[in-house]
Amino acid sequence: MQTRLTINGNAQTREVAPATLLVELLRDELALTGTHIGCDTSQCGACNVLIDGQSVKSCTILAVQVDGKAITTIEGLADGDTLHPMQAAFKEAHGLQCGFCTPGMVIAGIEIVRRHGPDVDAATIAHDLEGNLCRCTGYMNIIKAIQAGARAMGQTGASAMGETAHA
Amino acid sequence: MRDFEYARPASLADAASAFSGGGEAAFIAGGHTLLPAIKSRLRMPDTLVDLAGVAGLTGISSDGDRLWIGAMTTHATVAVDATVAAKIPGLTGMAKLIGDPQVRNRGTLGGVIANNDPAADYPAALLALDAIVDTDRGSYAADDYFQGMFATALADGEIVTRVGFRVPLASAYAKFRHPASRYAVVGVYVARFADGVRVGVTGAGPGAFRWPEAEAALATDFSAAAVAGLPLDPADLNTDIHAGAEYRAHLAGVMLADAVKAA
Repeated sequence: MQTRLTINGNAQTREVAPATLLVELLRDELALTGTHIGCDTSQCGACNVLIDGQSVKSCTILAVQVDGKAITTIEGLADGDTLHPMQAAFKEAHGLQCGFCTPGMVIAGIEIVRRHGPDVDAATIAHDLEGNLCRCTGYMNIIKAIQAGARAMGQTGASAMGETAHA
Repeated sequence: MRDFEYARPASLADAASAFSGGGEAAFIAGGHTLLPAIKSRLRMPDTLVDLAGVAGLTGISSDGDRLWIGAMTTHATVAVDATVAAKIPGLTGMAKLIGDPQVRNRGTLGGVIANNDPAADYPAALLALDAIVDTDRGSYAADDYFQGMFATALADGEIVTRVGFRVPLASAYAKFRHPASRYAVVGVYVARFADGVRVGVTGAGPGAFRWPEAEAALATDFSAAAVAGLPLDPADLNTDIHAGAEYRAHLAGVMLADAVKAA
């Protein structure tokens, strides 16, 4: 089925089989393997991407369902070698260990800023991470990273909709 | 996943004709129940009819003593909508407890009640808030609409278009969440109206139900004390790997008291 997609700022029209999950299109057809498949059962959030600024589990949406929408994956956040403020905060605050959940955590963090603003508190972040599982960190540094990333996004004026230099 | 056809209609009439185009068809709204069911082959539709592009199925409005919410309105939208918060803040609180942020960004009111999972949250709210379910073919009172596990009054191919909640004097939802799935192990929605009290229970039995004894006790005295120790017969309740029927019966009383205190 003809499907119009804007992925990390690149508009394209593709022929997509209806049973293709968005995460399968991203990873298998577009080689955007930064979006991870942790559980494939809508639990873990490793596959989170932004669709028109909203975080969505890309294992639980068909590629044909995002026709006409703008998708931002983890690959679309940095501006060249300059990390997005939320990515930089994860690095600075040691918000990752094995890194498998990190793409989904960063995406969820950016949406938390969209929803609650740059001054979001730690309790709100912890609550809003209920759709993201991490098996390494115990979450404390992830929460610190998102809080620091939120502050940095407020200072730099980075968009919480996921648009980048590509857009 | 197994292959299927996919249709993206723009109107209710086109959706109905796509649904009846041959083979087994299913409507898809947010898809957060249906797609997992297709992955695990609990459902094997030949055609998916996506309701996302159908005009007129989203939106929230207030009309007299009713709050109307379009069937394709997401839980995330309900959770932050100012009209919902002003008219029925209990419904705002319930929406915030559904799933997780990513699920709330996709899941819809219409999808939930068309599926009628016995542990879904909205059915308890529809029963307690004396809701009206409008479809492309007619209208149902919530009391007639829910008919047990995954069963509703909807005919094959009938589409929920909107739900009208009766605005109460006060209401609240209390839920004991399953920590992994976030479905209700037991959830209780309590609504107080000028002419009485309505109590909807989900998660406890094979489908959402009203609790007449609790409604009668609260109509006389709207307090947690009035329903303390009120028994709920475990004979009709669910036992599964998460909780036994007697535990669910006890939990319903605890959730009822919490909801009354919060209302």
